Amino acid sequence: MKVFVAGEYDVVVIGAGHAGVEAGLAAARIGCRTLLATLSMDNIALMPCNPSIGGPAKGHLVREVDALGGEMGLNIDKTAIQSRLLNTGKGPAVHALRAQADKKRYQFTMKETCEKQENLDVKQILIEDVQVEAGKVCGVVVETGEIYRCRAVILATGTYLRGRIIIGETTYDAGPNGQRAAMKLTDSLNRLGIKLMRFKTGTPARVDARSLDYDEMEIQPGDDEAAAFSFMTDEPTRSVAPCWLSYTNEETHKVIRENIHRAPMANGVIKGVGPRYCPSIETKIVRFPDKERHQLFIEPEGIHTQEMYVQGMSTSLPVDVQIAFLHTIPGLRHCRVMRAGYAIEYDCIDPTQLSPTLELKNIRGFFSAGQSNGTSGYEEAAAQGLIAGINAAMQVKGGEPLVLKRSEAYIGVLIDDLVTKGTNEPYRMMTSRAEYRLILRQDNADLRLTEYGRRVGLVSDKRYVRYQKKKEEIETALKTLNNTMLTPSSETNEKLTAAGMGEIRTVTSLFDLLRRPEADYKKVCGLFGLPEISAEAAKQVDITVTYEGYIRRQQDQIERMEKLETKLLPPDMDYGKVPSLREEAREKLASVRPRSVGQAGRISGVSPADVSVLLVWLEKERRMKQEEGAENGIS
Amino acid sequence: MQQGDTISAIVTPPGEGGVGIVRLSGDEAFAIADVMFRARSGKKIEDIRSSSFSYGHILDEKGKIIDEALMLVMRTPNSYTKEDVIELQCHGGAVVLRSVLERTFALGARPAQRGEFTKRAFLNGRIDLSEAQAVMEIVGAKTKASLRMASGRLSGKFSGKIVELRHKILDMIAHLEATIDFPEDEIDEVVLDDINLRLVIIKENIDTLLKTAHAGRILKDGLRTAIIGKPNVGKSSLLNALLLEERAIVTDIPGTTRDSIEAFVNVGGIPLVLTDTAGIREAKDEVEKIGIERARACAEEAALVLIVFDGSVPMTAEDEEILRIAKERDSVFLINKSDQPQKYEESYEKTIRANVTEAVVLQISAKTGEGIEALSHLIEEKVYGGELKGDEASFVNDVREADILRRASEYLANAMQTIENGMSADFVSIDLRSAWEALGEITGETVGEDIIDEIFSKFCLGK
Repeated sequence: MKVFVAGEYDVVVIGAGHAGVEAGLAAARIGCRTLLATLSMDNIALMPCNPSIGGPAKGHLVREVDALGGEMGLNIDKTAIQSRLLNTGKGPAVHALRAQADKKRYQFTMKETCEKQENLDVKQILIEDVQVEAGKVCGVVVETGEIYRCRAVILATGTYLRGRIIIGETTYDAGPNGQRAAMKLTDSLNRLGIKLMRFKTGTPARVDARSLDYDEMEIQPGDDEAAAFSFMTDEPTRSVAPCWLSYTNEETHKVIRENIHRAPMANGVIKGVGPRYCPSIETKIVRFPDKERHQLFIEPEGIHTQEMYVQGMSTSLPVDVQIAFLHTIPGLRHCRVMRAGYAIEYDCIDPTQLSPTLELKNIRGFFSAGQSNGTSGYEEAAAQGLIAGINAAMQVKGGEPLVLKRSEAYIGVLIDDLVTKGTNEPYRMMTSRAEYRLILRQDNADLRLTEYGRRVGLVSDKRYVRYQKKKEEIETALKTLNNTMLTPSSETNEKLTAAGMGEIRTVTSLFDLLRRPEADYKKVCGLFGLPEISAEAAKQVDITVTYEGYIRRQQDQIERMEKLETKLLPPDMDYGKVPSLREEAREKLASVRPRSVGQAGRISGVSPADVSVLLVWLEKERRMKQEEGAENGIS
Repeated sequence: MQQGDTISAIVTPPGEGGVGIVRLSGDEAFAIADVMFRARSGKKIEDIRSSSFSYGHILDEKGKIIDEALMLVMRTPNSYTKEDVIELQCHGGAVVLRSVLERTFALGARPAQRGEFTKRAFLNGRIDLSEAQAVMEIVGAKTKASLRMASGRLSGKFSGKIVELRHKILDMIAHLEATIDFPEDEIDEVVLDDINLRLVIIKENIDTLLKTAHAGRILKDGLRTAIIGKPNVGKSSLLNALLLEERAIVTDIPGTTRDSIEAFVNVGGIPLVLTDTAGIREAKDEVEKIGIERARACAEEAALVLIVFDGSVPMTAEDEEILRIAKERDSVFLINKSDQPQKYEESYEKTIRANVTEAVVLQISAKTGEGIEALSHLIEEKVYGGELKGDEASFVNDVREADILRRASEYLANAMQTIENGMSADFVSIDLRSAWEALGEITGETVGEDIIDEIFSKFCLGK
C-alpha cells in the first residue's frame, strides 16, 4: 500500500465522541489547525448508552465545561426533550440538573457545529499508528495510507480501542452498536511503551415504544420549570416527553438466576473490569440477593424514534434470556426488543501515566481524554476532552497549560484523581469525591471558571461581558448589604412585620437580616430600596449569606491545602536522592511523579511525614541553588 | 503538614530542673495566650513589648489558677520560627506543665510534632542550610517512630474502639452520600433525627475516651513494662517478687510461661503494667514461637524493658540475641539468682557494658527478694528523673491522640448543631467527614476511596 503525506495539522484528535468533539473544537477555536478523526461521520457525539446528560456531579461537570467555553452544555440545551433538577431537597451544592436528550438531534447538532468550525477538519478515517520521534509526537498513519503530520495527538478512542461486544455466547470485535473497532492502534500504543488496561461496560436493551403497557407503569414527567445547562442559554428546554418507572419482581430474578450460568460475567467470557455504579442486572441480583425488586426507568431515545431505553437493566445475558426477563416486568410484558443489551470490553490507558494537563509524561504532544483514560460517562469524557484540547493547543501556541485545582472545579478533582490515584474500574464522577463540595456548586461554575476560559481564548466577548455583569452585581449587592445598617425603629419593624419577617431589637446590618431563614435578597431589596439585580445574581447573594459559615470553613480548609499545592516538585526529581523517605513512598513518588507536594500527599502510600520530608528537601534544594547563584554571580 | 496553624509543646526536657517551658508558635499564639494567661500588670499581649517577660498566672477554663508563670512574647519575624511565639515558663512540675499544654490544645493549638519548631524555623528561612540535614533526619525519624507507634496502637483495645467508632461514622456518611449521588435509586431516606441520636452516642464514646487519653495517662494507666529473657532465667519469679503473690506459674521446665501474663504493680507510686513473656530462644514448636514473637512485640511496645539473665550459668547465643533487642530500648539489665553461686556475673556485666554504653545493671534474686528494692528505686528514678524516652514518646502520643479526639468530638458537635439548625444532609456530611478523617489519623488510615467503597458495598445502585 502506498503511504503518503496527506496533510499537516497542529492537533489531531483520534475519535469524535464526547471527549473528541470538545478537544477538537477547543483546539480549533484557540486557533490550531485541527483534524477530528472519526470512524463514522454518522456517529459524531454518539450517545451509545443512556439518553441523558447531567445528574449529580455530572451536571456540575457540564456546567464547568460550559463556563470554560466548551460545547456540551449548549448542545444539550438545544436538543433536550425534558429536564429535571434533582436533589432539590438537599443543599445548593448538590442540586443537579439532568436532561433527556433527543439522541439523534444531539449528534447532528454537534456534527453541524464541528463541521462549521473554522480551523477544524472532520474526516472519516481509521488511524492505526501514532508516530513519535525523539520522544515527541510527529504524525498519525491512516489504514488507507495517509499520513498526517502533526504536533500533538489527542487519544479519545472511547470504547472503540480493541472493542469487543459480548451478548451471551456471542462475541465479536466491534465498537458500540456493532460499529468498527480500532484494532491495530493498540499495537502502536504498546510499541510506544504505554501501559494499557482492559475495562468493560454495558448497556440495556432498547424496546419498541408501541409495545409497552403504559398503564402498568408510573409516569415520570420532567420539571414544569425548565432549566438550562449553559450560562448562555436564555430559553431553556420545555419538557415534551416523559419517562416511565417500573420494577423487577421475583419472577424476573428467577429467570436471571436460572440462566446465570450463561452470563458472560459468570462463565469467564468477560475479562475486563466493569464499573460498580453501573452494574448489570445479573450482577445486582447476584450481589444483592435479598433485594426484592430493582427499579427501572423507561426513557425515550428521541422524538423521531420508537426506541425506548430500559435504564437499570444493563445486561450481557443471551438474547432469549433478555427477552424472557423483560417480559416479566409490568409495562414490558409484551415489549418487542429492537436492540439487545450487550457488554463491551475495550482497551484504555493507565491514567497515572498522564500529567494533570492530560499529556503523557513520557511522550511530548501525546494527550489522552475520556474513556481511553479509564473513565465512564459522556460528561467525564467531555470535561477531559476540553482540557486535553486546551492544553494541546496551549502547547502548540506556547501558552500556559490549564490545570484546575481540586478546590476550583470537579474537573480538577476528576483529573487529579485519575493521574494521582489511577483507577481500577471505569471512573465515574460523584459529588462525594469532591472534598470542597460546598464551593464547587453547579450554580457558580461560571464565577469559578469563566476567567480561565477567557485566558485560553475560548470565552467570547458576549459570554465574558455577561459574566462580568453578574459578578459585579453580586459584589455590589454584598457590599451594600454589609454597609447598610437598620436601626430598630418602629418604622423599620413595621416594614419587617408587614413582609412576614421578625422584628429587630438591635442595630442590624442587612447582611445579618438576610441570614434569617425567612429572608431572601428579593424581599429585602424591595423593602429597603436596594439595587435590582438579576435572579441569577440574587441567588448567589442568598447562598453566600445563608451558608456563609460553612463556606468559610471550606475556604479555610482550601487555604491550608493550597500551601502544599503551590510547592512544585521538579518533573525530573530523583526520589532516590531524598533521604528519610520511606521505601514505599519513594517507589510511588517515582512512578506517579507528582507535580506538587499537595498531589504527592494524595498518593496512597505517601504519609504526612513523607510530605514533610519533601518540603524540607525542596527548601534545601532551593537554598543550595540560591547560594550557587550567588557564588556564580561573584565569580 | 499545615504550616500556618498554631502548634504547641513542652520544650524543656521532662523532669529536669524546676522550670518547664510551653512554647506556642503560629498565627493564633497570641490569641490563645491572651485567653489563658492573666498578666499581673493587666496588660494584653498587644500592649506588651516584644522579647519581654510578663509575670502572671495561667488560668483554666473556669478561671481557676493552674500555675504561676512568666510569659515571653516574641513577635513575627523576631522569633525562632519567625512566627508569633509565646513561651510560658511554668513552675509547677510535670503534671502542671501538662495541664498548661492541654489548655493550649483546648484553645485551638495542635501538638507540635517532633522537630516541628525547627522545621518551621527552617521553612521560614530562619536557620541555615547546614542545619537542614539535621532537620531532615528529625522529620525522617518521626516516620519510623510514628509507624512503630501506629502499629503498637493498632493492636490495642483503644484503637479497636476508634476503628469501631470510625466505621459507625463511615456508615452514616455512606448513607448520606449515596442518597446525594444516586437520588433516584431506591435508598431509604436519611432521617436526620436518627443520625442525631447516633451522633450523641458516638460523641459520648469519644468524650469518654478523651478522659482516659488525658495527659498524665502514665500515672493513671501505668508505665508499660516488659520482662524479657530466655526461658528459665526467672522472669516469672521476678514478676511474682514484684507482685508479692504467686500469679505466674513458675517452673524449671524451659518455656513454661507460654502466654504473656499482664499484671499491675505499684512501685513507689508508679503503676507499672508488667508483661512477662515467653523466653527468647529458637522456637521448637508453634506455641513457643508465638510466645517469642510476642516477647519482641512486647519489648517494642513497652516504655521500659527489664531484661533478665541467669548469673549462675554462662551466657549463651540466646542471651546475646536478647541483648540486641534491648539495645534500642530503655532497659534495665538484671542478673538473677544471686542466691546461687554467681560464677559468671562478671562476664555478663562485661558483655552487657560492651554492647550498651551506660547500661544499668543490677544483681537480684527473684527468689529471696534481694535487689528488688533497688530495682524499685531505679524505676522511680527513671520515671521522675524523666529519663524514659519511651515515657515521653507515649506522652506525646497521648496528647496527639487527645487532640484528635477533641477535634473529632467538636466536629460531631458541629454536625449535631447543623441538624438542629435545620440544614440539609449534605451540610451534616461535611462535619461527619472531618470527624471520620480526624479519627483516621489515629488509626493511620484516611483514604477517601473508603467512602465510595462503602457506598457500593452497601447499596445496590446504578443504572
